[in-house]
Amino acid sequence: MDFEVIVSDALRSGIGPIAAVYALAAMGLNLHFGYTGLLNFGQVGFMLVGAYGLAVTVVTYGGAMWLGVLGGLACAVVLALLLGVPTLRLRADYLAITTIAAGETLRLFYRSSWAEPVTGGVYGLQRFANDFYDLNPIPRGSYGVWLVSFDARDLWVLTVGWGLVAVVGALLALLVHSPWGRVVRAVRDDETAARSLGKNVYAYKMQSLVLGGVIGAVAGMLQAIQVQSVSPDTFDPAVTFFLYTLLVLGGAGRILGPVVGSILFWFLLTFLDSALRQAIEAGYVSSELISTSEVGAVRFALVGLTLILLIVFRPQGLLGNRKEMMLSER
Amino acid sequence: MSAEDVPGVASPDVGVSAEAAGRLAGTVPEPGVRKPDPLLVLDRVTRSFGGLTAVRVDHLEVQRGTITALIGPNGAGKTTLFNIVSGFDRADSGRWSFAGHPLTGRPAHRVARQGLVRTFQLTRVLARLTVRENLMLAADGQHGERLLPAVMRPLWRGQERETGRRADELIERFRLQGVRDDFAGTLSGGQRKLLEMARALMARPIMVLLDEPMAGVNPVLTQSLLRHMAELRDEGLTVCFVEHDMDVVMGVSDWVAVMADGRLVAEGPPHTIGQNPAVVDAYLGKRHDEPGTAGDPGPTGSGDARAIGDEE
Ligand SMILES: Nc1ncnc2c1ncn2[C@@H]1O[C@H](COP(=O)(O)OP(=O)(O)O)[C@@H](O)[C@H]1O
Ligand SMILES: [Mg+2]
Repeated sequence: MDFEVIVSDALRSGIGPIAAVYALAAMGLNLHFGYTGLLNFGQVGFMLVGAYGLAVTVVTYGGAMWLGVLGGLACAVVLALLLGVPTLRLRADYLAITTIAAGETLRLFYRSSWAEPVTGGVYGLQRFANDFYDLNPIPRGSYGVWLVSFDARDLWVLTVGWGLVAVVGALLALLVHSPWGRVVRAVRDDETAARSLGKNVYAYKMQSLVLGGVIGAVAGMLQAIQVQSVSPDTFDPAVTFFLYTLLVLGGAGRILGPVVGSILFWFLLTFLDSALRQAIEAGYVSSELISTSEVGAVRFALVGLTLILLIVFRPQGLLGNRKEMMLSER
Repeated sequence: MSAEDVPGVASPDVGVSAEAAGRLAGTVPEPGVRKPDPLLVLDRVTRSFGGLTAVRVDHLEVQRGTITALIGPNGAGKTTLFNIVSGFDRADSGRWSFAGHPLTGRPAHRVARQGLVRTFQLTRVLARLTVRENLMLAADGQHGERLLPAVMRPLWRGQERETGRRADELIERFRLQGVRDDFAGTLSGGQRKLLEMARALMARPIMVLLDEPMAGVNPVLTQSLLRHMAELRDEGLTVCFVEHDMDVVMGVSDWVAVMADGRLVAEGPPHTIGQNPAVVDAYLGKRHDEPGTAGDPGPTGSGDARAIGDEE
């Protein structure tokens, strides 16, 4: 067993583009769930419309990439309004039901043969981010420290990705520590009390839903750009649940919760994956017990176990405040 | 702004309270009677739940600058009436106005912004906000509550400092200094009642509707809450509160309105209420429900929760 390879794989994944994508998407979810108390179970839907907004604009309609980015953002705003207008005046569970259904409906719709002329159906769309890679100022080559290295292309995606995480994080930090953030947190704790103090609860929930959704769309675009391809089945409902997992892991209602959560989630997931594969190859784990093809499923089972242990021993997540969290159990 | 001088009191134009209370002296003690200077006026307000008519008030006026007690046995419709007026429940019919502006059908947050702020029978503190944040939240007209200005701190930093100063004044006034930076969810029942009253004042109301502010509170705290109410009235605030305990009502109120079975059955200065046959009937005759059994939340408590759940 080569421990260096395992650590190197895990580190690459923990700081790689995909961790940045999930951190971003979870930051939007954190605004919804951690700060406003909105139960959005369809964050993947926002990622989907963001990614497709970009891809469809560029590939299907031949638009410029910056136009595609605007298109993706606009799609997220429209989706948030469609989801929010009918549900945000109702009890919290209505949004939960609606979002979970919407996320899956969107995926099926985008992959349908009916939508194929525009969305590419099951095959999706490719090569829409050339403009982005043309902007890459990093000279060709491989860059690395210690056990990890990235080529110029990945380094570019990664820099932009974590740059976006930093910018969005700074904006959210400003927001939640403002009077706006105070109202939103009040809505989370008791929206009736907030209304009795003159706050237009519906408007705040809508703003939060739109903003968090737009952040999700940015994450979806980044994911699509990274592989220069969108396909409907990458936007599986499970993505939203991974986002919740890493949010709880890092600490909901903390600005850095989703960032720490995402890095750790991808580090652990890849660590387990790599370690299991090597253990099987080296014969430490009998291949009758777990075959290499089953490693993918087993590592998720282990992540689930970690999550259970976490909820038992540290329910507030790594960055959360246990006392504060217990107060929410009303 | 003169409102800054007195924490929690909005309108500098309200008359001297003792005078206003005195002016009620000539008012005939009968249900629905007109007041010399009414702030809140209700007309033919009805609300039924299924077959049960919870509220059917023909006419009710609340005099500006006074403390008006709203009493009546459990299930009389007091909370439902508060819910309707404060925009948390819809009336089936009727109209009502506040400070000359029609208020019928206004959503709750608009009612509060007009200067009519209510508290709840079952306290509703914001558990994961600190006591100070609970208060600061309630301040009106905050620029930083809008999404775009919120990220530009210099636009609201000054106002925020002023809001914090006002919050600290109220914290001191209500003796909450010891828990100022604690999460409100950790407060005791009595502290929550204090916080809710202070928070309502932070919104600079013209009038407050307090739903059983003294329920489940120890006698010492009850006295202190009563003193606060009297002080606020003397500063010009109009107070309307629900209470079961007759002694409490006698001591502090300038005027008492009595509800039973959704109707307004009696009105008058406190000393006339005890002998009023309609009141005796409401409390003893029909329901065998002693005044002063306030501790039992019973149907009243659940009514509060249900009406609000219903509105959502
Ligand atoms: N949402 C509701 N659904 C059904 N009945 C209700 C609802 N709210 C209140 N009621 C009923 O209306 C009557 C008046 O209740 P309430 O206004 O809470 O009385 P009070 O505050 O005077 O004790 C009670 O009989 C109560 O059970
Ligand atoms: Mg009641």
